[in-house]
Amino acid sequence: MALLRRPLLLLLLIVTHQFLQFRIAFGSVNEEGQKQEEFYEELLLKPFPDRKLLTHFHFQSSAPPSTSNGHHHHLFPKAISQLVLKFQVKEMELSFTQGRWNYESWGGFDPIPSSNAKPPGVELWAVFDAPQHLIDALWKNLTHTLSGLFCASINFLESSTAYSAPEWSFPPASGKLRYGTLPREAVCTENLTPWLKLLPCRDKAGISMLLDRPSIYRGFYHSQRLHLISTGSGSEGMDPGIILEQTLTVVLQPDSQRASLAHASEKHIQPRWSLSSIFGKRISGRCVLAETSNVYFLLDRGLVAELEHIHKENVLISEKFWTNPSFELSAKPDRIFIEESRLLSKNASVLYKFEIEKYSESEPFDLGLFWKTPVVWLCQQAPLHASRFLMGSGNERGAIAISLKSTQSSEAFMGSNSNDERCELRVDVFQVVPWYVKVYFHSLQVFVDQQPKAVSDIIEKIHVSPSKDKVSPGVMELVLTLPCSVSSAVLTIEFDKGFLHIDEYPPDANQGFDIPSAIVSFPNFHARMVFLENDSLNKSPLLSKFQEKSPVMSYTEVLLVPLTTPDFSMPYNVITITCTVFALYFGSLLNALRRRVAEEERFLKDKAAKKMGRIPLLLTKLFAKLRGRHLEGPQAPPASSSFINSKSVLKVILIAGLAACWQYYFS
Amino acid sequence: MEKLKKKIGSFSFWNWVIASIIFRLILIYFPKNLNLSSRPEVSTPLTSFRRLAEGYWLKQSSMSSYAGSMYHGSPLLLSLLGPLTVKRIEGQPNHLLYSLVSVIADVVSAMLIRATGQNLRLAYLRSLESLDLVKQIDVSEFLFSGDIAALIYLCNPFTIVACVGLSTSPIENMAVILCLYGACSRLIPLAAFGWVIATHLSLYPAILIIPVIFLLGCGPDSPPRKLFLQRHQQKEVLNQSKLPPGFSWGPIIHFAFWAFLWSVYVLVLCGISLKQFGGLWEMFKSTYGFILTVEDLSPNIGVLWYFFAEVFEFFRNFFLIVFHVNILFMILPLAIRLRHRPCYLAFVYVAICSMLKSYPSVGDSALYLGLLGWFVNELADMQFSLFLFCGYVGVSLLSPVMHNLWIWRGTGNANFYFTTAMVYACLQIVLVVEGISAVLNHDRKLRILITGKPQDAKS
Repeated sequence: MALLRRPLLLLLLIVTHQFLQFRIAFGSVNEEGQKQEEFYEELLLKPFPDRKLLTHFHFQSSAPPSTSNGHHHHLFPKAISQLVLKFQVKEMELSFTQGRWNYESWGGFDPIPSSNAKPPGVELWAVFDAPQHLIDALWKNLTHTLSGLFCASINFLESSTAYSAPEWSFPPASGKLRYGTLPREAVCTENLTPWLKLLPCRDKAGISMLLDRPSIYRGFYHSQRLHLISTGSGSEGMDPGIILEQTLTVVLQPDSQRASLAHASEKHIQPRWSLSSIFGKRISGRCVLAETSNVYFLLDRGLVAELEHIHKENVLISEKFWTNPSFELSAKPDRIFIEESRLLSKNASVLYKFEIEKYSESEPFDLGLFWKTPVVWLCQQAPLHASRFLMGSGNERGAIAISLKSTQSSEAFMGSNSNDERCELRVDVFQVVPWYVKVYFHSLQVFVDQQPKAVSDIIEKIHVSPSKDKVSPGVMELVLTLPCSVSSAVLTIEFDKGFLHIDEYPPDANQGFDIPSAIVSFPNFHARMVFLENDSLNKSPLLSKFQEKSPVMSYTEVLLVPLTTPDFSMPYNVITITCTVFALYFGSLLNALRRRVAEEERFLKDKAAKKMGRIPLLLTKLFAKLRGRHLEGPQAPPASSSFINSKSVLKVILIAGLAACWQYYFS
Repeated sequence: MEKLKKKIGSFSFWNWVIASIIFRLILIYFPKNLNLSSRPEVSTPLTSFRRLAEGYWLKQSSMSSYAGSMYHGSPLLLSLLGPLTVKRIEGQPNHLLYSLVSVIADVVSAMLIRATGQNLRLAYLRSLESLDLVKQIDVSEFLFSGDIAALIYLCNPFTIVACVGLSTSPIENMAVILCLYGACSRLIPLAAFGWVIATHLSLYPAILIIPVIFLLGCGPDSPPRKLFLQRHQQKEVLNQSKLPPGFSWGPIIHFAFWAFLWSVYVLVLCGISLKQFGGLWEMFKSTYGFILTVEDLSPNIGVLWYFFAEVFEFFRNFFLIVFHVNILFMILPLAIRLRHRPCYLAFVYVAICSMLKSYPSVGDSALYLGLLGWFVNELADMQFSLFLFCGYVGVSLLSPVMHNLWIWRGTGNANFYFTTAMVYACLQIVLVVEGISAVLNHDRKLRILITGKPQDAKS
């Protein structure tokens, strides 16, 4: 619809489309041919419907394959290239996240959420280019290296209970992938500083100057990500080329106190903001080492549609578009891009580009936005909204439920697809559970639209690797095929809570244990934004990233499972009391077995005496005396008193002798 | 026991059997089996029904049933009972078929107990006759110990709970009883089969080989052989026909042969079912290895789980050895002292195992309490029987309460539950020790009856 309204643009589309494809296909070849280390810095700003602002920093450094062994890098961080070489990493992603991406109001379909919305804490995955039997060892060393490099406890991912090897449900499907998360890792500035050190200009110049720590960590969500791909050496003796992509995604609330106070009636107007008001800094020129240094301002499809609906005309791409009736940008964009929409019914998003090169110390860049009229819009959602929760009470057992709810946008999406005979929605679910959550996979149940369904009808493919106590976590990979008309689907699976050894509980054990996020991906949907009219496309890694065909992914919440705790304070009591019971058992049983009643004993002794000669009898008497018991028998009673006397005399003499010796030797 | 005596006087045996079966069937029809199948008292990691179902599910999805640490039972059990975990009859409770198998196993066990008990009673009467004590001991007062034992086994709440709670212990108990029945009635292949299966299912019945050897070698329980010799010395006539037979090696070699045959058979079957997944070694590691190393620390009615949850890691192996050796240490003294009463020896072994095993459940207690019924005549003078009875009742009422307080409400802590486990262990110790003393005293009483007054013994 939108495109039909612009015949000129449509023409341009047809002409440039082929050209674009051509440029993309040859882009990588050009890079290899250039043999130059490159660095790009970009910043994307995007307003959210809930008065928040997304700032997405994107830095990319690349090193081409080279023959020189252990060579010096100009721009590329040496620590990373050494790491890639040493651990034969083919692809790796490390993210530090605090907060939770709000899929409902921040969207889940764009390239930004599907590749930058990460689970809380640390997530690390890596694909190795090594024989299968070496991979675990490489992973362990890699975690330790990264742990040192980023000042984080990534080394906890070393233990085999913390990582898993997904077979196919995690996007870079490969048998050589290892995946691990630490949901409880606290992320702070000590992780950001080493991350910034990898940039050639650090935070001294260019876009990274904006990274003011207090304003970043004041945000609702921040995720710092490091993604690297080694492009493979191709021939022997060549170091692999590496593309390192560092992104920092921060969701901030512009401080709109003053504006709302001034105009109480204009409460519904989106807050006004500027870079200097949210970060307290301005960009004073680009990082001179960067190839390009751009700031983008993105208006997403929903917002563009809403604005066009309000003004009934294409104000956004007309002349003086930066000061239109709805909002006003404080700086004039250098270029404007409009998304090539695959579906005609869809609106296209609009991207404004600001080049930093033009700005300098004396004239710093500051982008501000001032809304004139209130706008309400929705970000584009993933086809299904995934959430996860625990069921059951008590500390013995429970159930995990993953619920998939149809979103408004997906209905529209389905509407266009519903011409097909059998419209099916494919959903991949990847879930890792720690071993102390003992999942009963046979108890998997599926409810579609609140109706229980046979598991085999819905689940097309399932791969399970059950958890082994203290050895490996449980991994569940599912492919669901749901009918397009589905409004909700729920998967439930029961588990028993494990009981741990006293040493295995972390400090503050009563807080509970985290179950890492499940990953729900939609392989038939691709988060992709192709922008028209950009002849400088290969110069912008961010925009080419947007064009990549990556499946829509979303992470569910982290679950907190309280586990029963033993009494930590009394191991000694338990040990001693249990041992006492065992001693009671052993002693009393043995006593019962060897006890003889009096006459039996006498009878036996008499018999023995009859049999024995004189000397053995004397010997037995002697032994009996030595044992401190006088010999029982008919002849014993009259002598007993003298026995006792002589014994006490003997004892006294013995003690006196000992005392004398003591005195003699130690005086 | 007094109560039971009266009851048996008024009701017939079969009425009670039918009543207990009907009671089980009623309980089976309760929704979700009254949640008994997930009670820690009923389902240990070894006997849990849900784990069996999980193992079967893994097997059906062409994975090793020992993948992960869910299932620790036998692969044969999985092949036999596994299909019953998923098979359903429309309109009936979910696990009806499996529950019916448990009920049948219980009834068969009870019948075998009854047959064995009658056997024992006859043997006992015969030995009294050969000792000429029939006049001095009123035989008419002798209880039908087989009936009593079978009824104790069937009507014991522990047995009912284990049966309705879908644990595998009714099957394991049946194997043990089969072994003892075979040995008592001198059906050597059956005894060997029972012994091999019981050992295969839960390892601990392996030590029953000693009572079985005694049973096969010298026949069922009787007063000590010495008494017979004494008796006949007194009479100055040595009547060989009235003497109990001496130890004979024939049946034992026969038994060893059959045991070997059955174990090869069982191992071959297991090997076939585990061919693709690691083979027999995998099975031994996750069944016997799991039993011996006490890997699972979830609460049960034993004492080891909490001990190993609290003990320092570097002492773990030492204590594992100590606790397992505790069972082995007692084998020899008991065998020496009770060699003339092999069935009683078997009872004591079963009781000790169920007390000291790594994952005890009420099913194990049900077994030894049932076997206890065989010896009502010998144990008539046992001390503390009221105390023990009250203790058992008290513990079985308090233990679920403490578990609820700890796990579900969170108002109690682990020590609450552990205390009941300790008390339970102590009760079992008292039962075993007092039982042994009572039997030894019974033998003494018989000797006194034979030899006349104790003073005469001296001369």
